[in-house]
Amino acid sequence: MKRIVSIWRIFLAALREIFDEAAYARFLGRSGMASSSQAYAAFRREFEEAKVRRPKCC
Amino acid sequence: MNKTLRIVGWGAVALLGAIAVATIAVRRGEPINALWLVAAAACCYALGYRFYSKFIAVKILALDGLRATPAERLENGRDFLVTNKWVVFGHHFAAIAGPGPLVGPVLAAQFGYLPGMMWILAGAVFAGCVQDFVILVFSVRRDGKSLTEMAKTEIGRVGGFVAYVAVIAILIILLGVAALIVVNALKASPWGTFTIAMTMPIALLMGLYLRRIRPGKVLEVSALGFVLVLAAIWGGQYVSQNPALARLFTFSAPTLAILIMVYGFAASALPVWLLLAPRDYLSTFVKLGTIALLAVGIVALHPTLHMPALTRFVDGTGPVFAGKIFPFAFITIACGAISGFHSLISSGTTPKLIARETETRMVGYGAMMAESAVAVMAIIAACVVQPGVYFAINSPAGIVGQAPAAAAATISSWGFPITAAEMQSMAHAVGEQTLFNRTGGAPAFAVGMAHIFSHSLGGEKLMALWYHFAIMFEALFILTILDAGTRVARFMLQDALGHVYKPLGRTSWYPSILATSALIVAAWGYFLWQGVKDPLGGINSLWPLFGISNQLLATVALCVATTIIIKMHRAKYAAVTLVPLAWLVAVTFTASWHKLFDANPRVGFLAQAQALAAASATNETSRLIFNNRLDAAVTGVLVIMVTLILVESLRQWWGILSGATEARIKESPFVRTRLAEERG
Repeated sequence: MKRIVSIWRIFLAALREIFDEAAYARFLGRSGMASSSQAYAAFRREFEEAKVRRPKCC
Repeated sequence: MNKTLRIVGWGAVALLGAIAVATIAVRRGEPINALWLVAAAACCYALGYRFYSKFIAVKILALDGLRATPAERLENGRDFLVTNKWVVFGHHFAAIAGPGPLVGPVLAAQFGYLPGMMWILAGAVFAGCVQDFVILVFSVRRDGKSLTEMAKTEIGRVGGFVAYVAVIAILIILLGVAALIVVNALKASPWGTFTIAMTMPIALLMGLYLRRIRPGKVLEVSALGFVLVLAAIWGGQYVSQNPALARLFTFSAPTLAILIMVYGFAASALPVWLLLAPRDYLSTFVKLGTIALLAVGIVALHPTLHMPALTRFVDGTGPVFAGKIFPFAFITIACGAISGFHSLISSGTTPKLIARETETRMVGYGAMMAESAVAVMAIIAACVVQPGVYFAINSPAGIVGQAPAAAAATISSWGFPITAAEMQSMAHAVGEQTLFNRTGGAPAFAVGMAHIFSHSLGGEKLMALWYHFAIMFEALFILTILDAGTRVARFMLQDALGHVYKPLGRTSWYPSILATSALIVAAWGYFLWQGVKDPLGGINSLWPLFGISNQLLATVALCVATTIIIKMHRAKYAAVTLVPLAWLVAVTFTASWHKLFDANPRVGFLAQAQALAAASATNETSRLIFNNRLDAAVTGVLVIMVTLILVESLRQWWGILSGATEARIKESPFVRTRLAEERG
């Protein structure tokens, strides 16, 4: 049971990383902001700067 | 006891793998079950990972769990971040898995399932996984440097230049081909076009939800978006049945091409994250879910493959694309066996997330195996339909004729019986007006996938829904690559132009943004337009070009890897990257030679230009002649690039091995990890 919970947690963590939820949480931690419309807009601005340079495979 | 058990266990895996591969390779004349392909793939991947990747990790790379990675040393909470290995695996897989492993194997299925399957297995285990793995390790040891930077520092300025040109070339050709696949899938398809059109308001809604209602809850809103997309697919059938609405969403191929170019330009030049970011998330959500669902569907249904192991088209006369198995099967299937593009991901985001050097094996080698498994699923999807249906969908009108009866007669004369009535009934079952001449691979894959899904879930009644789900999945997927790819290429162009005139390099200066976006869209748009207007369907010319440019990038990556291995004084093991490199050079050079100089007008660009010139001169033929000469010139430039990087690498290797040049590797200095102590 413990193992299943652990696998589920890792699976969720992977999804949160792929879908940038984890990046947003880190942004909030780094900037000391609470989650809000403004905070998310600021995150997107910062994130887009880096993300557009990332290649996406064929 | 444990050791004996292990030997017996791995012996059993090897035996099962050998039986499965032999069954695939030897069985002729009767259909085989798809599970043989699944078993062969699973055993080859297991053996490759357990033994070959371990050999590379221990003997060549000497992975060191005590060496701090850039994620630890340079951690900044943004790019550099210590991350769980499974999370990095998922992230890496999501970045490398694109439409390539789905489309390439479907096109190569014209040779039968055997050549594609064997290339996917051998190519992945001995070349693709190795490339992704070693480039990842070398990037980790160089603070996450990109392939272009590594080529410059390890091989020289020529290496860096060739890598840069290869990346731009592959991006432009890829975007042109990808757009053509969408056009061919959506032309005269009101249902498909409606579904894709609906993803725009759905994405805007998702963007508003993310911004205003639940900031940052991407998984939640992606699930919501997915439900809305399913509703759009369901609603699409009513659009296609209503004549007024159907007219509104029915577009010709040229109109769709123009719409896609406008979309690509807007996505690159305008600050439209509210639309693009949610679409990107939605696409990833659908992609991962569909791949998982397809895997389950194949295992649950374990369908029979109707395509023979080898078809008569191994002689190079195939209707999907012309050319013999060697070299064309090996450039048609790139992603899934070896894809140069992966080296950009392995030297991009991923090396900055790796917590321990020893984890690169699972992420680099392992994720490529997963991608290869997706390619195996694509072969299965293409080969479960009757060969006559496969060829009717994938053959261009220029080969089989425009009229359904004539096309059916031609395909039947090849030994793959099919009637116009059967095709009409199939088109009706999937909710389309016709399935003839839908080149590009996506519709054939969608028919195969719909076949598998409808037999596993929902029965024949849901065939049309599954078909349009598959079309939506591929088109959405490709459109996100179009917008991301156009932006990446635009940034690269701006970087280069910034050396000529500084303001052009500023990514916030609008004249530069507009000019470079227009240039990039014009470049891939030209290839798209050429494909749309090509009487042979476009794929025949463009997919080999894409394959050659992709393998050129793989050549650069393997040259970099071999150079570093030799510099590490591991020259006796250099065959690990040298053999795949030699193979790729042989494939790329032979394919380029055929595309340039083959006397058959269906294969050689110059021969086709000559044949067209000999026919009556019209504006249309003049344009086709120019296109063929341009394709020949692009192929020639790619060959020169391969030659340049090879000569430069050989010069380096000779210098090091003869002692004339000092073997100096440019790794970051060793720093002992703190994570080992923290973890005990």
